Amino acid sequence: MKQKFDIITSTCVPLPLENVDTDQIIPARFLKATTREESFFGDNLFRDWRYRPDGTPNKDFVLNDPAYSGCILVAGKNFGSGSSREHAAWAIAGYGFRVVISSFFADIHKNNELNNFVLPVQVSEDFLAELFASIKADAKTQVTVDLPAQTVTNLATGRSEQFEINGYKKHCLMNGLDDIDFLVQNQIKTELWEQQNK
Amino acid sequence: MNTLFDKIWDRHVVQQVEDGPTQLYIDRLYCHEVTSPQAFDGMRVRGLKCFRPEKIFCMPDHNTPTHDQDKPIADPVSKAQVDALARNAAEFGLTHYGMMSKDNGIIHVVGPEKGLSLPGMTIVCGDSHTSTHGAMGAVAFGIGTSEVEMVMASQCILQQKPKSMRININGQLGKGVTAKDVALYLMAQLTTSGATGYFVEYAGDVITALSMEGRLTLCNLSIEMGARGGFIAPDETTFAYLKGREYVPKGEAWDKAVAYWKTLKSGDDAVFDRELTFDAADIEPRITYGTNPGMGIGITERIPEQGGTSNPGFQRALDYMGFKPGQKLLGTKVDYVFLGACTNGRIEDFRAFASIVEGRRKADSVVAWLVPGSWAVDLQIREEGLDKILQAAGFEIRQPGCSACLAMNDDKIPAGKLAVSTSNRNFEGRQGPGARTILASPLTAAAAAVTGVITDPRELV
Repeated sequence: MKQKFDIITSTCVPLPLENVDTDQIIPARFLKATTREESFFGDNLFRDWRYRPDGTPNKDFVLNDPAYSGCILVAGKNFGSGSSREHAAWAIAGYGFRVVISSFFADIHKNNELNNFVLPVQVSEDFLAELFASIKADAKTQVTVDLPAQTVTNLATGRSEQFEINGYKKHCLMNGLDDIDFLVQNQIKTELWEQQNK
Repeated sequence: MNTLFDKIWDRHVVQQVEDGPTQLYIDRLYCHEVTSPQAFDGMRVRGLKCFRPEKIFCMPDHNTPTHDQDKPIADPVSKAQVDALARNAAEFGLTHYGMMSKDNGIIHVVGPEKGLSLPGMTIVCGDSHTSTHGAMGAVAFGIGTSEVEMVMASQCILQQKPKSMRININGQLGKGVTAKDVALYLMAQLTTSGATGYFVEYAGDVITALSMEGRLTLCNLSIEMGARGGFIAPDETTFAYLKGREYVPKGEAWDKAVAYWKTLKSGDDAVFDRELTFDAADIEPRITYGTNPGMGIGITERIPEQGGTSNPGFQRALDYMGFKPGQKLLGTKVDYVFLGACTNGRIEDFRAFASIVEGRRKADSVVAWLVPGSWAVDLQIREEGLDKILQAAGFEIRQPGCSACLAMNDDKIPAGKLAVSTSNRNFEGRQGPGARTILASPLTAAAAAVTGVITDPRELV
């Protein structure tokens, strides 16, 4: 948590499925924790895809394939749809991912990732398809995510793309700051708004 | 420009952060037991008090059992989470409607029925179905736990302003077609990400004619097409629903409030980033066949043929559901029926269900769970005598809560079993590991419950 963000180069874990919902990222029965132990959520990331009903690892699932590792998750379009559970972002962070690359993110989940210092990087469909192909051809394909420059580069092909993030959030990620600090510091403005809107 | 969404949003802007999000004032925060404990922890770590505790309302709903609520919760982990909410609410000075309190129920059912969600408000909760409250003419949306903590600490949230969309549905709904079917139709048209990045205003003849319960169902499902929220401009239906409710202004304050609420509509010159129009005549009772709510068909239609290698998600979903491309689902054997959830756990939903089962019998092969959305709904069911009709037909009414919608309590659909559910999500494992879910309206659920198979409710209405 709150690991400052700069430039990351890593191999990737590919999950070429679309519409991965947060119920798959962390099933509801793991939401009963009252603390934020990321290791607990990380251990249960993609629980029902990762393990068979008898608790043994599902060898067909990418997290159990020793060929793939790294702190970048590459996922199909519309990642994180459905439930607002921030536990999904805790599970992703707890597993050790620091970046998720997809061509489209669901709104609430995207914010949840940002609030947990996991960087959602939205790329074009083309870029994503090429990246999946690169990883398929060579599991050791590396990607560089440069937050200061807002670029993502597939090192196998050299293809690079700009990604969007607002200046405020970029500053927060690079400096380990969060929104609550900002909002508490701005309480005078909130009180002023309240007086004007009674 | 000049949409109702703009009017409500712009009025709540405390400041625009330079090259960043908007600091938005929040009128109402709801907390349930699942997505709040880590926010309360964060407040304690920072040594903060809630900035405006009187604007925050808490109630457990996800873990609550739907039987024997007067006894301690058997599952110790669920009990710990429910107890933590009570303790946290007391420590931070927040209103808490505990289990067995007559005020308890699903947060998205209780908020509107107590008049806590009002036109023109900004409303948030750590729950994606917070969009429900948009039916009152409010800007309501789901947030994460870090954002819950933001609101506790400052009564504000930092958000990028979403784009605006208007969806018009004109004409008149046919017999046996409900707000749920409208929503399932829209999801299939737009897909589960078609409205991502947008706030949706619903308008048109069909929307104007909908009851408050129907509007709540429709707005509830906005998130299932990706929209952060959906809302309906307040009108006489809204005012009639609200008048006299516990937290609604009374007397002179009521008149003043209504006068303001009447101004809450999009201007004739309003410009939406996207506008779509549909015809009610195209909507029949709907069911889903796959593992996201956008994978739906008219009840008489066949599952699409698309699939193969070009769409691995489609085949994967059908494999999970045990269905084949091109298959018709009418006549398919059903194991479970669930009536309830923040989507369809209101009085009108129970009236609809009862209207079909009256004078018929529950099929012996079906296990049916009927779960009111709140104790207030439960009371009204009994006052209207619906309980007698349901019992005579072989159904029992359980105690309020989220129940089998997400199976955080004991109400889990067993692996492999097929459920017709009035809830909101048919994701893999949503209603229990391996459970197979078909989303439908209360009428369609009732038709399945009495026949034991997927049945067009129009044959029984």
